[in-house]
Amino acid sequence: MAELTYRDAVARGIAQEMTRDESVIMLGEDIAGAGGVFKTTVGLLDQFGPRRVRDTPISEQAILGAAMGAAMTGLRPIAEVMFSDFFAVCWDIVANQIAKARYMTAGQVDLPLVIRSANGGGSRFGAQHSQSVENWAMSIPGLKVVAPSTPEDVVALLAAAVRDPDPVLFFEHKSLYASKGEVPDGELVGELGQAAVRLQGNDVTIVALAAMVPRALEAASQLAGRGVHATVIDLRSLVPLDVTTVAESVTATGHLVTVEENPRLCGWGAEVVSIVAEECFYDLDGPIVRVTTPHVPLPSADALEDLAMPSAERIVAEVLRALG
Amino acid sequence: MTEPPDIDQRLTMFELMTDMRLFEKRAYDLFLQGLVKGTSHLSLGQEAIAAAFGAAMSENDWTFATYRGHAHTLARRVPMGPVMAELLGRDNGLMRGKGGSMHLTSVPHHMMGSYAIVGAHLPIAVGAALSASYRSSGQVAVCFFGDGTTNIGAFHEALNLAAVWQLPVVFVCENNLYMEYTAIGSVTAVARPAADRAGSYGLEPVVVDGNDADAVYAVAVAAMSRARAGDGPSLIEAVTYRHGGHSRADPGKYRPDDEVAAWLERDPIVSYRARLIAEGVDVALIEQIEAEAKAAVDAAVAEATAGAEPSADLLEMHVFADGGSSWRN
Ligand SMILES: Cc1ncc(C[n+]2csc(CCOP(=O)(O)OP(=O)(O)O)c2C)c(N)n1
Ligand SMILES: [Mg+2]
Repeated sequence: MAELTYRDAVARGIAQEMTRDESVIMLGEDIAGAGGVFKTTVGLLDQFGPRRVRDTPISEQAILGAAMGAAMTGLRPIAEVMFSDFFAVCWDIVANQIAKARYMTAGQVDLPLVIRSANGGGSRFGAQHSQSVENWAMSIPGLKVVAPSTPEDVVALLAAAVRDPDPVLFFEHKSLYASKGEVPDGELVGELGQAAVRLQGNDVTIVALAAMVPRALEAASQLAGRGVHATVIDLRSLVPLDVTTVAESVTATGHLVTVEENPRLCGWGAEVVSIVAEECFYDLDGPIVRVTTPHVPLPSADALEDLAMPSAERIVAEVLRALG
Repeated sequence: MTEPPDIDQRLTMFELMTDMRLFEKRAYDLFLQGLVKGTSHLSLGQEAIAAAFGAAMSENDWTFATYRGHAHTLARRVPMGPVMAELLGRDNGLMRGKGGSMHLTSVPHHMMGSYAIVGAHLPIAVGAALSASYRSSGQVAVCFFGDGTTNIGAFHEALNLAAVWQLPVVFVCENNLYMEYTAIGSVTAVARPAADRAGSYGLEPVVVDGNDADAVYAVAVAAMSRARAGDGPSLIEAVTYRHGGHSRADPGKYRPDDEVAAWLERDPIVSYRARLIAEGVDVALIEQIEAEAKAAVDAAVAEATAGAEPSADLLEMHVFADGGSSWRN
């Protein structure tokens, strides 16, 4: 057991897989010599050399296109898109090519690849470097979508993503990079599509993802002071989606609140809520509530960004509203 | 530069071009009969490029093509029956009706796909070349695209990356002078849309008569061996002309009559046939190849029209590697 930052966990997970499997290579901007703009890939160039850890030009279409072509022909690439906002300049490769190739060819094409990207707000970077775009990915059939909240999950789910035979978009949260957590020694391999119950309580189910998980836990501890005991579920993966864990909890608590960073319309919470509304309707004891950012581009000023992002206080207020 | 193709290769090219021509004409007939649905983009008039590369490539080399990809699929010896059945949307189609005309793919034949978003497959071909280079497999990725594709960002990103990493990929621009309905010259800052860009990526400009199979074969062999030797990518501009419209609904009226007439005079198959006969190939052999092509197309149509509609279970198959489309537990 060692304490690791979320940032260092990225390099550890990648190194674990590159050591195990020669077909794993990496490509992205500033990832090799510089160790990544978020220092998530430090040491990998030294350990695995320039054939396997490749600095690219600023060419997101070429990076992801090359990852796709390499995956179709026997490699297991890990590509990096520096900020997830930049998916907008290469979304064709993700949404039209990578996501659809297997289907359109009736299963002829294998695409075992991972696209890692720094996602999410809280860093005062403004509207083009702060978005949470995991819901973009979730809306495209053919992609798997993972967003860990702890260093241990970063290692274990990265390993699972690399080993997965399907394309996985792996969203690392920028504001979690400096966070720390205990990570067991030795090889770690998680399972995609398994939510984690981070806190068990009988009064309400709070479902969160990535940086909203610690936020929800903070809210839960405030709620506990008021005698309200929340279950906090960390979804960890949007596709596959662990409906079972959520539904079992809602059945027990009778209340659901989702906490997401996505802007209001069509955030992932909406999908979770619609499933629960349909499948757990008769177990519900009150309205389901979604906590999101308002439907605005994220502002840069700290005062405004903090207002936009779900805070522990806002989560507490919304939970109390849900409980009526 | 290179030795001319030997007679076997020349006959192979003639055979491939003849197959392509008759296949495309029949596909058009079936469209008029309402049997081929959707859209499709024929290679009529452009067959020499696909055939010459088909002859020059090794079995393990990869093809990446556009929506105008029937000829490139046949060039890899993919059987005509499943290709025709795919155009008809049948269960016995190459992709069981899930891709259609614009997405013909046959991984066992190293036909790695036909791509319908302009430019997208250039970086994908670069990735295959990266894989070949990383694995030292000796394979080459060959990527075909149109003149219009030279103005999209993915073209430039792919060329640069392939050149920087010296990857075994051959980019083949089939310059048929038009995008959909607009002349390439009217929207491009340079006269030769591909070749004039080559220098930006440290590559030699290569322009070839795309209606002369022997000439295309020569540049193809040179580019393939350069790639295999580890000397990096090539960018070839093969000048050609489509005999019909952009896609099947298009009568092609935006092209001047005299321009069309001049290019029809330069039909790559008619001229190649005459050349082979002039150089001593027995007319009977030529006629035999033509008869075999016609029989193959007839058989393909029979196979395709006999195919069943795709079964309903196919709808939700093949999204993920487990064979299904399940996104939840
Ligand atoms: C990104 C993108 N933009 C536009 C289109 C619509 N479109 C399909 S084919 C085509 C013309 C392409 O011209 P060219 O590259 O010369 O190929 P050709 O059809 O002549 O073989 C266009 C504009 C598309 N498929 N993808
Ligand atoms: Mg064109």
